[in-house]
Amino acid sequence: MNRITALFTQSNSPILNIYYTAGYPALSDTLPILTYLEKSGVDMVEIGMPYSDPVADGPTIQQSNDIALSNGMSVKLLFEQLQEMRKKVGLPVLLMGYLNPVLQYGIEAFCRKCKEIGVDGVILPDMPMSVYLDEYKAIFDSYGLLNIFLITPQTSIERIRQIDQVSDGFIYMVSSASVTGATSGIREATENYFKRIKEMKLKTPTMIGFGISDKKSFDTASSYANGAIIGSAFVKALQQSSDLEKDIASFVSSIKG
Amino acid sequence: MDHTLEKSAFAVDEKGYYGLFGGAYIPEMLYPNVEELRQNYLSIISQPDFQQEFQNLLSEYVGRPTPLYFAKRLSEKYQTQIYLKREDLCHTGAHKVNNTIGQILIARKLGKKRIVAETGAGQHGVATATVCALMGLECIVYMGKLDMERQKPNVERMHMLGAKVIAATCGSQTLKDATNEAMRHWINNPTDTHYIIGSVVGPHPYPDMVTRFQSVISEEIRKQLTEKFGNPNPDYVLACVGGGSNAAGAFYHFLDEPEVKLIALEAAGQGVSSGHSAATTALGKPGVLHGSKTILMQTDDGQVTEPYSISAGLDYPGIGPIHAHLFESGRAQFYSVTDEEALQAGLLLSRMEGIIPALESAHALAYLEKLHAKPNDIVVVNLSGRGDKDLATYSKALSL
Ligand SMILES: Cc1ncc(COP(=O)(O)O)c(C=O)c1O
Repeated sequence: MNRITALFTQSNSPILNIYYTAGYPALSDTLPILTYLEKSGVDMVEIGMPYSDPVADGPTIQQSNDIALSNGMSVKLLFEQLQEMRKKVGLPVLLMGYLNPVLQYGIEAFCRKCKEIGVDGVILPDMPMSVYLDEYKAIFDSYGLLNIFLITPQTSIERIRQIDQVSDGFIYMVSSASVTGATSGIREATENYFKRIKEMKLKTPTMIGFGISDKKSFDTASSYANGAIIGSAFVKALQQSSDLEKDIASFVSSIKG
Repeated sequence: MDHTLEKSAFAVDEKGYYGLFGGAYIPEMLYPNVEELRQNYLSIISQPDFQQEFQNLLSEYVGRPTPLYFAKRLSEKYQTQIYLKREDLCHTGAHKVNNTIGQILIARKLGKKRIVAETGAGQHGVATATVCALMGLECIVYMGKLDMERQKPNVERMHMLGAKVIAATCGSQTLKDATNEAMRHWINNPTDTHYIIGSVVGPHPYPDMVTRFQSVISEEIRKQLTEKFGNPNPDYVLACVGGGSNAAGAFYHFLDEPEVKLIALEAAGQGVSSGHSAATTALGKPGVLHGSKTILMQTDDGQVTEPYSISAGLDYPGIGPIHAHLFESGRAQFYSVTDEEALQAGLLLSRMEGIIPALESAHALAYLEKLHAKPNDIVVVNLSGRGDKDLATYSKALSL
């Protein structure tokens, strides 16, 4: 079974998924950060493939993308860095990024490489569902790679049902109408949206992301979904860190502890 | 508006593609907005009250039809028959307003309260700020920090018109970065805001919608040539390509007329191989940027390359998907023009015809040097805009 699917089947406490950008703060930090995250008790990890034009991201992740790219990060190098990761970590690993670098690597070559090194799923916000279903799904399926779809407060009920039908792993619930890193917290309107989705009783587990930054927002989000995803707040913690292992452990225990 | 191209091999298909290019590669956050537009734009455009208001504004407010001017001295110099389509005489000084008039009417029909736009040269920003003032809508324009410096008069015009201009400070601080910021703004304000894209780029239906609004350019050229010669078709149409909206408009009604040679001019910057260029078809390959599959300048890893051109409106690493298709299919020929060639062409038109062209348009004019048309050939150059905004750049570069 895919590690993501297995996690949702086995776990009955809220799932914490952490996002970080590959090649940031330093080029060689990618694999060490992954191992520290596993040690600290995180349930799932999303590794960002940096991109020059991340339109769905706010300033914090944009900046980590820029720095990672100027450090020399690329899809090819990321795969080299992760080549041996399954000797060290057992948690589910997703790659998150934008479509163009994956297209240039080659969709099939990309999926094959993911399978070879043990990547479980992919999140590509600018890959349309129709293109995925028509052109790529068969390839993803043949390599056992999950594609994670997003929904937002504006997504229609009809489209959510459709996304639920074609989803495996989990559905990524974007918490509010925003790019990543919004700091407004969880408002009442947002909670109404969470409730509305919970009451739909989707077949696919849900994870809430965007604007989740601390224990309070993590707990609130987790009360409506299977767990939550923290990105910008973690990237900020890395930015200020002088001891990655120690600071990652304390960041994660501040959320889960 | 003429819809004869509906079944053309160069028209957009029902999925939003021109051949291999186009589509709507957008994050889910933008899906409802883009889908709302896709479902409504054709029916809104075809409504009689929309058409009446659109046509009325084009004639009474924009000043259309723009003249098709026979450039006598330039024609003598190049030994051919040169006609300039005077989009520089549109209200606000460029073709961009044809599109913003159309889109603001659509935004109003959709009940939107606020407009966001990106701009490079500032012409699209000015054209957007203008129609927002006209309709009483709030206007926010993103503009690269570098472009705000090199197109300062247009920043001042936008302020005068009541728009809020926000500097895009990421990347090369030019058009691509302004577009990223405008898209992020739209993601953050999904229900009450319409994004007026300024060229034939972006997710479907934008390239088709903008092309339709700009197609008035070729519609008029055909009428004007028929009146002059009894034949709607010239031998050549030349236009510069940033994203490609003035070119798409100037080419549109000639796409299915194979005897009309269509020539698109990109900005070579300091030279195609100099590393400081925006010659997209020469340097790019297929990829996805700003919502559509097109040809774009990028690294092997798929990172979008920072372009360069002296002309802010052409300083963009991609082209609209319709142009990617015209390039791949060979229907249009793509060449590039350097900064220096464009500057000289701008000076030449000023001195020989008393018309100061926008630096963007000067790229189209510069190609007359290399066209080698026959003496009786009719060559239409789309003069997409006027050069007032570029005077500081001209003066400095040409030591005037
Ligand atoms: C006068 C003028 N011409 C051309 C362009 C390039 O845009 P497009 O290729 O969409 O016509 C611009 C863009 O700012 C412009 O201001």
